[in-house]
Amino acid sequence: MTSTEQNIEERLLSILEQVSDPEIPVLSIMDMGVVRSAIVENNIVKVQITPTYSGCPAMDVIGDDIKKALKDAGYESEIELILHPAWTTDWITPRGRKALEDYGIAAPLDAEADKDVLLNNKRIVKCTNCGSQNTRLVSQFGSTACKAQFQCDECQEPFDYFKCLK
Amino acid sequence: MKNENLYNYILGIADNSLILGQRMGELCGHGPSLETDIACTNISLDLFGQVRSYFQYASKIAGDGRSEDDIAMLRKEREYKNVLLVEQPNTDFAYTLGRQFLFDVYHLAFLKELQKSTDLTLSAIANKCVKEVSYHERFSSDWVKRLGDGTEESKQKMQDAINDLWAYTDELFHQTDADKVMVIEGIGVDVTKLKDSYYKEVSQVLEEATLQVPESKYFQKGGKQGIHTEHLGYLLNDLQYMQRTYPNMEW
Repeated sequence: MTSTEQNIEERLLSILEQVSDPEIPVLSIMDMGVVRSAIVENNIVKVQITPTYSGCPAMDVIGDDIKKALKDAGYESEIELILHPAWTTDWITPRGRKALEDYGIAAPLDAEADKDVLLNNKRIVKCTNCGSQNTRLVSQFGSTACKAQFQCDECQEPFDYFKCLK
Repeated sequence: MKNENLYNYILGIADNSLILGQRMGELCGHGPSLETDIACTNISLDLFGQVRSYFQYASKIAGDGRSEDDIAMLRKEREYKNVLLVEQPNTDFAYTLGRQFLFDVYHLAFLKELQKSTDLTLSAIANKCVKEVSYHERFSSDWVKRLGDGTEESKQKMQDAINDLWAYTDELFHQTDADKVMVIEGIGVDVTKLKDSYYKEVSQVLEEATLQVPESKYFQKGGKQGIHTEHLGYLLNDLQYMQRTYPNMEW
C-alpha cells in the first residue's frame, strides 16, 4: 500500500509530463494525478498508476504510452495498477484544472457543490464558453465515466463538467 | 484451492456487478434518449471495471491459471452466484431503473461496510467502488422519483416495476456459507444487518416518488446458490457468445 504522497524521481518528471490523457489530450497524466510513483530500480522504472474510474478504458492506453515515452528516453519500465488510495479529483493540479477549462470541460467543484449541481438544485457551474453561471444539468453522465453533461442557458453552448470524486 | 471461501465470496460480490453491467449494457444504442442511453452504459462500464478488480483478485486466489476472463466468461449458469434481482430483464425503462434503484441502495450500503474489511484488497476495491456507486444511486433514485411523481402512465409503470421486482429484494440479505465464514474472519459484510436500513431508505424514496411501498411478503431466492430464473441463461448466451464460439479469442 502506498501513501497519498506521490513519489516520483526528479529525472523522470519531464518524461512523464509528455504523456497525455488519451481521452483529454490537453491534459498530461501528471496533471491528472494518476501517476502515484515512478522509481528507478536496477535500471528498470517501476511506475504505479491508479485509475480515475474502475472501468476507465484509458488506463491500458496510459500504461502503454508511459512505457513508450520511457523507452524513447532510454528506460525499460514496469507498470503496476494500484487501487489504494483511490484517486480523487483533488489530485488534478491547478495547471490541469486550467487545461480542462481551456479545453471546454468545466473543472470539478467541491463535494457539496457537486451534489447540488448534479441534483440540479443550484446553477453554479460556469459555462466554459461564455463564463455564465446560468447553466443547467442535461445528464449526470457524459461522454466518459468521469463527466456530466451541461448546457449554458445564456450562449446555449453544451459542455462537459468533470464530476467531483472524493 | 486454499481459500475457497474467500474465492466464492468474491464471486458472489462480483457476479452481481457483472450481470447487472451486462443488463445495463444491453441499452447501448437502445436507451429511450441519448442522455439516458449514455448514462446507463456509463453505469455498465463502472460495474464492469469493478468486476475486473474482483476477478483479478479471484484469479490470484484460485492460483490454477484461470484468468479474470475465464472466470467471467467460462462458467456455467449454475456457477454464477448473482442475486435474482440483477438478472431480471429490461422490460421497460421503469423496470430498468427500478431494478437499478433496488440494487444501488443495497450496493452502496454493502460497499460502505466492505471498506472496513480486514482484507486490504477488498477494502481498497470497495473504497474505489463506493464513489462510483453513490453516483449510480443518485441517478436511479432520481429517476424513480421522476417517473413515480410524473404522469399517470409513468407512475403506473414505475409502480408495476417496483411491485414485480420487490419479490427479489429479500435475497440480498441472505447469507451463504461463504458469507458466514467471511464475516467471522472480519473479511466479509454481515448482510443481515443491512436489511432494516435498506427497507427504510427504499421506502423513503418511494414515498417521495408518491409510490406505494409493496406490502407483499412473498420473496424469491436461489441466485446465490446458482438456482436462477430463466432469464440468466439468455443473458449468458449473449455474454459468452464470443468466447464459446471462438475459444481464447482476444480483443
